[in-house]
Amino acid sequence: MPSAVCEGLAGSELRPRRGRCGPQAARAAVPEEAAEAAAQSPKRPAPGSRPSEAACRWVLLALVTLLAFATRFYRLDQPPHVCWDETHFGKMGSYYINRTFFFDVHPPLGKMLIGLAGYLSGYDGTFMFQKPGDRYEHHNYMGMRGFCAFLGSLLIPFAYLTVLELSKSLPAALLSAALLTFDTGCLTLSQYILLDPILMFFIMAAMLSMVKYNSCADRPFSAPWWFWLSLTGINLAGAIGVKFVGLFIILHVGWNTVSDLWHLFGDLSLSLVTVGKHLTARILCLIVLPLALYTAIYAVHFAVLSQSGPGDGFFSSAFQARLSGNSLHNASIPEYLAFGSVITVKNLRMAIGYLHSHRHLYPEGIGARQQQVTTYLHKDYNNLWIIKKQNTDSDPLDPSFPVEFVRHGDIIRLEHKETSRNLHSHYHEAPLTRKHYQVTGYGINGTGDSNDFWRIEVINRKFGNRIKVLRSRIRFIHLVTGCVLGSSGKVLPKWGWEQLEVTCTPYLKETLNSIWNVEDHINPKLPNISLDVLQPSFPEILLESHMVMIRGNNGLKPKDNEFTSKPWHWPINYQGLRFSGINDTDFRVYLLGNPMVWWLNLLSIALYLLSGSVIAVAVQRGAHLPGEVEGLAQVLLRGGGQLLLGWALHYFPFFLMGRVLYFHHYFPAMLFSSMLTGILWDTLLRLCACGLAASSLASRVHMGGVLSLLLGTAYSFYLFHPLAYGMVGPLAQDPQSPMAGLRWLESWDF
Amino acid sequence: MLGFLQRPVVVTADVNLNVVALTAVGLLSRLWRLAYPRAVVFDEVYYGQYISFYMKRVFFLDGSGPPFGHMLLALGGYLGGFDGNFLWNRIGAEYSSNVPVWSLRLLPALAGALSVPMAYQILWELRFSHCAAMGAALLMLIENALITQARLMLLESLLIFFNLLAVLSYLKFSNSQKHRPFSPSWWLWLTLTGVACSCAVGIKYMGIFTYLLVLGVAAVHTWHLIGDQALSNVCVLCHVLARAVALLVVPAVTYLLFFYVHLTLLCRSGPHDQIMSSAFQASLEGGLARITQGQPLEVAYGSQVTLKSASGKPVPCWLHSHPSTYPLSYENGRGSSHQQQVTCYPFKDVNNWWIVKDPGRHQLEVSNPPRPVRHGDVVQLVHGMTSRLLNTHDVAAPLNPHAQEVSCYIDYNISMPAQSLWRLDIANRESDAEIWKTILSEVRLVHLNTSAILKLSGAHLPDWGFRQLEVVGEKLSRGYHESAVWTVEEHRYGRSQEQRERELELHSPTHVDVSRNLSFMARFSELQWRMLTVRSDDSEHKYSSTPLDWVTLDTNIAYWLHPRTSAQIHLLGNVVIWASAGLATALYVLLFCWYLLCRRRRVCELPEDSWLRWVLAGALCAGGWAANYFPFFLMEKTLFLYHYLPALTFQILLLPVVLQHIGEHLCRSQLHRSLFGALVVAWYSAACHVFNMLRPLTYGDKSLSPSDLQALRWKESWDILIRKH
Repeated sequence: MPSAVCEGLAGSELRPRRGRCGPQAARAAVPEEAAEAAAQSPKRPAPGSRPSEAACRWVLLALVTLLAFATRFYRLDQPPHVCWDETHFGKMGSYYINRTFFFDVHPPLGKMLIGLAGYLSGYDGTFMFQKPGDRYEHHNYMGMRGFCAFLGSLLIPFAYLTVLELSKSLPAALLSAALLTFDTGCLTLSQYILLDPILMFFIMAAMLSMVKYNSCADRPFSAPWWFWLSLTGINLAGAIGVKFVGLFIILHVGWNTVSDLWHLFGDLSLSLVTVGKHLTARILCLIVLPLALYTAIYAVHFAVLSQSGPGDGFFSSAFQARLSGNSLHNASIPEYLAFGSVITVKNLRMAIGYLHSHRHLYPEGIGARQQQVTTYLHKDYNNLWIIKKQNTDSDPLDPSFPVEFVRHGDIIRLEHKETSRNLHSHYHEAPLTRKHYQVTGYGINGTGDSNDFWRIEVINRKFGNRIKVLRSRIRFIHLVTGCVLGSSGKVLPKWGWEQLEVTCTPYLKETLNSIWNVEDHINPKLPNISLDVLQPSFPEILLESHMVMIRGNNGLKPKDNEFTSKPWHWPINYQGLRFSGINDTDFRVYLLGNPMVWWLNLLSIALYLLSGSVIAVAVQRGAHLPGEVEGLAQVLLRGGGQLLLGWALHYFPFFLMGRVLYFHHYFPAMLFSSMLTGILWDTLLRLCACGLAASSLASRVHMGGVLSLLLGTAYSFYLFHPLAYGMVGPLAQDPQSPMAGLRWLESWDF
Repeated sequence: MLGFLQRPVVVTADVNLNVVALTAVGLLSRLWRLAYPRAVVFDEVYYGQYISFYMKRVFFLDGSGPPFGHMLLALGGYLGGFDGNFLWNRIGAEYSSNVPVWSLRLLPALAGALSVPMAYQILWELRFSHCAAMGAALLMLIENALITQARLMLLESLLIFFNLLAVLSYLKFSNSQKHRPFSPSWWLWLTLTGVACSCAVGIKYMGIFTYLLVLGVAAVHTWHLIGDQALSNVCVLCHVLARAVALLVVPAVTYLLFFYVHLTLLCRSGPHDQIMSSAFQASLEGGLARITQGQPLEVAYGSQVTLKSASGKPVPCWLHSHPSTYPLSYENGRGSSHQQQVTCYPFKDVNNWWIVKDPGRHQLEVSNPPRPVRHGDVVQLVHGMTSRLLNTHDVAAPLNPHAQEVSCYIDYNISMPAQSLWRLDIANRESDAEIWKTILSEVRLVHLNTSAILKLSGAHLPDWGFRQLEVVGEKLSRGYHESAVWTVEEHRYGRSQEQRERELELHSPTHVDVSRNLSFMARFSELQWRMLTVRSDDSEHKYSSTPLDWVTLDTNIAYWLHPRTSAQIHLLGNVVIWASAGLATALYVLLFCWYLLCRRRRVCELPEDSWLRWVLAGALCAGGWAANYFPFFLMEKTLFLYHYLPALTFQILLLPVVLQHIGEHLCRSQLHRSLFGALVVAWYSAACHVFNMLRPLTYGDKSLSPSDLQALRWKESWDILIRKH
């Protein structure tokens, strides 16, 4: 089916181009050379051909869009089970519908939109999305997939329009659109409940609106100019709201804006006031507007997710107090810490938990044989500690004594409530982190020795010297050895019940591992206050969730012996990703770029760099190019340069990232690279044609070249389409397989 | 021809006494009591061990940097007649009398001393005044951190020296470009630029930042040259080619040369052999070469072999089995096959021997003539001591349940059949009929029934497996991975058919004779790759710091403390210089942006030549600072204050540039100028005063009282050691 459609398209595309060859060159060229260029061009279009040309452009756009939608929506319901990361993003969409709080390393917009699409299409959020391969049964998943496929289809008209705007050439735009339509990778990635189609949609939309407002530069402050400028800002907010990768398109737009302003600033015919207006408009639309939208996304996110859920533990105690269903919600406890209070102490670092002890000793050979002290992620009565003065054993809860608050710098003892042993440290090496000291529970019924004394320090003295529950960040300094109580975050072996190691670190650097806060607080002598008073403000929540996300992203480190995808694998299409199925009886979907498209893209980047530098050196040497060539060279350097910059910005930063990388991270860069290919081949073929003497031959060479590229990609799509639409049957080694003979690289495992 | 007979031979010497004087004070400040303290100071403990290795010509692997810096330090030891006999194990340990401390520390100190006159030269070549040039040199002279670092057996001062040399020679080259292109001195400076860059990279990888900076400036200059239409095309081509050769080819060749010398010097086997491939180890004297010397090259049916995993992670080890079986069920309740354990064992052991068997025959000895095993052949592996066959089956591995268990098959007479056929897959084959070779061939063993690959999982088995490493059959193997690749290390042709004789044979050492050599490029690429990938695990240090601490000097490093008195050496900068250098950089950036905007609106009064001078100075000095500083924000390794010193050097060069610019262009009247001059003098005196106050901590020669030390602790975060008595 696809090849037939393509041939029809290619045939319909032949006619308009002949008419367009003239104006294309003329529009791109410098004005005084334009007339000459137009005179040289094969057929000068009559003025009357303009409307038909515009109509042609719209017809082609409609065709391209139609084809895009047809390919993306074909067999969208297959396979009817959870594929690959749908298990995450589908689940998170359900969380929005159920309004349960969760944690993810990406910003919320993408998942919110998925949730919204599911909600509007009648999905009730009851499917568990437990693991890939789970059948959807009666659950309505088509709304969410359809939404992603809709956005994924729009990439293609966007690419068409962007290239058309940059090169003013229909064949280039068609070629770019065809490359993306017939790329199996883009197709696969658009058909499932993933963040990538949403992200790519915003990236391409931002690119398109940026290119559009650039072309409105001759009528600044007009309505379309404002429209495209603010649309750029909105799309930027969307891109970064889906994934932090959106930062790269922001950099791209930022670079473009700075160079734009630099030109305006150097234009001495503009007054400084006008330049100032330009600057303000850009600050408003490209900084203030996206920031406001981005914040609004989070406001909605926090407003929707109001119920306690699986993400609570990642956040601070104060944050958890917001969530209904959490034990801290609507609780009331005394505000300031006093001697005699029973408390739980939580580490500030994500996923470390509460200071904990239990009636088990460190095993023989591991430090002193005293009671274990660990951190534990769950709420437990063994997390309770009593805070006591260093030397008095008198009961501070005796009503005859006045209440004495704990202050910064006080020397304290922490007694474990269940076992009545004191928090203790000494010069023995810690069980796992050998450079740190061991922390134990020591003493009988609260009497121990001088190694039980700790100095309590408040880090942020925002609340004075007293210690406020939930909000004050405190450290415990061991008095004798001078070390700091912390958790290394390492999991203890079986003897420690796989809880986390607590150590006393001699390095006094302030790290989150050694900072704690007080969470539960019981003291009958003090008045309780409602925790709502302590609830963090919106900016604080925003900041905290960003810190947690960044830490979560940094935590996604590859394990030692794990085989990971490397950025250099990507452009050569070295290895794909299994979306579904392994064995020959399974329904298999394999994310892999169409090798013809990808290798053509790779070749095009090399060719572009070569031809671009030849042209640049020629210009720098002062060579005089003929008018037509000059115009084409400008298209290549300006338009192609924009796209190359986009590709580079979306690709090279991955080399610096320490986190786990996957093949699908390359797709935004691949969009830019495909558009570059479109412009490059169109321009190169035109340049070749310019070199030929006979004009009829010239246009035929150009036409033939573009047509063969179009047909070539369509044919390769026909060959590789089972990868995207799914295949059943034997693996590729078997001659019976639909992919027999197509496993061109050994690393492709389908 | 005989011109000198007609005219007298005249030598005109042009001696700049400033430079001579600066060199002299530079030498004085860096060489004064150089052999004090006669004890191991801070990272000397680290570099010292490598010097000893060089002296003993023992191979080592250090992931921290390329070998040129280590070699320079070792050169000092060689000149001083060091025999390498010293145990570098503790900071503060007294040097024994055979350690030539003075000559070991000489080269870094000389490099540090010469940096002083070079700062002068650089500013002069940037076309700034003698006064500014003197200023730059004098600031370098009294920077405490640079002095401390240069007086010890450390690499930073060498790195800074070559960084400055690269910049200086590039400036000399570009200044001679206008008048005498292609003259001998033009060639000299151009080539020297390349060589100095390469030396800097050869000392520490971070030298690459300065190299890239110089390349960038050279590229911009070349681009202007291409635009110069007064030159013919051929001339431009020559210029471009000359630069490409000198700045790209020469550094690459020099870098290779370092490794060539390194590998030539280190010809004996040593403690880090295990990390390298067997082929590499076989090229070293002693060690593996002694064992493998004379082994047969081609593995044949009946060969007795030990199989070493190509992955050095977590430790290098050999495929191993022993009579213990897998426990019937694991702690988490999963069951095992209860077959004989197969592990990977990091020590030489008789249980590491395996016999390659032809599945179609019963013989376990090599036939005459031997039948070599080729790529694609199906073999069985018999464990030498227990005579059981290497086997894998659809049972989850003990620690990685997604992979298959690997065992030595015991016939329990139950339904689980032996699946002991393995297909040999030579990963680095040149043809499909390649013969399996000892040491050279990297092989994968693919299980015939399940197409699982024999792989080291990297996890340690619990006590029942004697804490040896787990070996699994990996089903989802993708591409090439070191942990699935094995090489034959020890090898001999089995001669005995009887089990008892064979056991005796396995216990006896290998012999016979063939020698094999690796080409230099193969050894270089392997060594370089291992150096880049070897990971140091411990990431915590008492004196580690973050890049943000450096600019404000919020951190210091205690290098050494006298065993009895409180004399001590710290890496601690001259606060006045650090603060003003930071300010000067900020000021430079602000002024630069301001001029840029002014020029864009054509309202600038700055003359063109001062502007160009200002830009070039900024590109090299502010650019050098930025290039040597900002990349650290992206690094994940443990960072120390001394990493900032190269960046600081460039910042110090920028200081007089900014001062002269202010004096010339921003001070309008004569009065302003005099006032400004007086301020600069006062500021410099303050810097000298601070230098003098911190001197005891820089040279460590004077024991201060606790109260004096407390008084020197100007910042809360400085860690100055005060003895409690």
